[in-house]
Amino acid sequence: MAPVAPRSGDAIFANVERVNAELFTLTYGAIVRQLLTDLEEVEEVNKQLDEMGYNIGVRLIDEFLAKSNVSRCVDFKETAEVIAKVGFKMFLGITATVTNWDADGTSCSLVLEDNPLVDFVELPDTCQGLYYCNILSGVIRGGLEMVSMKTEVTWLRDMLRGDDAYELQVKLLKQVPEEYPYKDDE
Amino acid sequence: MQFFSGSEISPSPPAPTASGNNAHMMYVFNRNGICLLYREWNRPLRTLSDHQDHKLMFGLLFSLKSLTAKMDPTSLKFHLFCLDLITSYSEVNGSTINCGPDLKMIMTFLAVFCSNYFIINMPSHHSMDKGNLGVPQLPGQGCSFHSFRTNTYKLSFMETPSGIKIILVTNPRTGDLREPLKYIYNLYVEHVVKNPLYTPGTPIK
Repeated sequence: MAPVAPRSGDAIFANVERVNAELFTLTYGAIVRQLLTDLEEVEEVNKQLDEMGYNIGVRLIDEFLAKSNVSRCVDFKETAEVIAKVGFKMFLGITATVTNWDADGTSCSLVLEDNPLVDFVELPDTCQGLYYCNILSGVIRGGLEMVSMKTEVTWLRDMLRGDDAYELQVKLLKQVPEEYPYKDDE
Repeated sequence: MQFFSGSEISPSPPAPTASGNNAHMMYVFNRNGICLLYREWNRPLRTLSDHQDHKLMFGLLFSLKSLTAKMDPTSLKFHLFCLDLITSYSEVNGSTINCGPDLKMIMTFLAVFCSNYFIINMPSHHSMDKGNLGVPQLPGQGCSFHSFRTNTYKLSFMETPSGIKIILVTNPRTGDLREPLKYIYNLYVEHVVKNPLYTPGTPIK
């Protein structure tokens, strides 16, 4: 029996349970708002959003692997494609494009044209350093770490700050091969 | 556990007669070797303590995975591996195999043990990988093993890229269990991963 082929993002998106997009956007907005009130420091909020995203990513990867049936990616290029086409589509309903590969294939940019997290959002002057969608960078970092890739994810362009699109830079720091965990037993 | 409905595995409580049951045991491990779940339905013979049993199982599968990747006859590394094996049977060359002394012992022990006691149906169960990156043990590399059968049981194995390993020990006549294992993985995702009260990496209660 041949293994089931990976399903496209659209097919999975049609099958998973969905919540109302506005509810999602407003809930996320409320979270960021509350974090700003509690922590007051924009840098702290950025870090906290990244941490939250990391914790989400660690669990999200299993759901992603289970629903999408992708097998292990052969290299980082394929990984980036899978994240952009299948991952974003499955969880947020948008597709990202992968651009700007650097010379040795370890760094790329994911460009998002529209972003459901930032509907109805405007950044006030007091929060200019805030990366509103930092949770997404945490999610990608957490997810990739669970498949043995240590990455660094940063925002290059952010529409809330006046750019024309959202651009995430994903840089592969290293691939961590699986090692035998029982090193010094007995 | 109301896990299996409509699949070929029936988790009835351990009964004196083994004829009705299909499954013997199930293990779920994460990538750090922690046994997240262990269930048994029919296990008359028990030789080791629980902790040792889990370690043995995990070690066995870890070694088998590396072994199958290295023994892949369609890969370039195979010829180097054969040469090394021939030159020194008891001493596996560290640089080709990339494992510590414990693993070497386990693997040589396995090689001897296997040839005497059971048949590993690996060649017919391999799924070919997409390409040969030439670096051992990185994700996406090498072929994967998914079951072996002895005269008294069959062990089926599934590993996800995130390191979750699901092992099912059943009677030898069971067919290919890849689909049920995927189903179990989906259940794991639905109920364990999505549970906010569960910390990843701890045994499932």
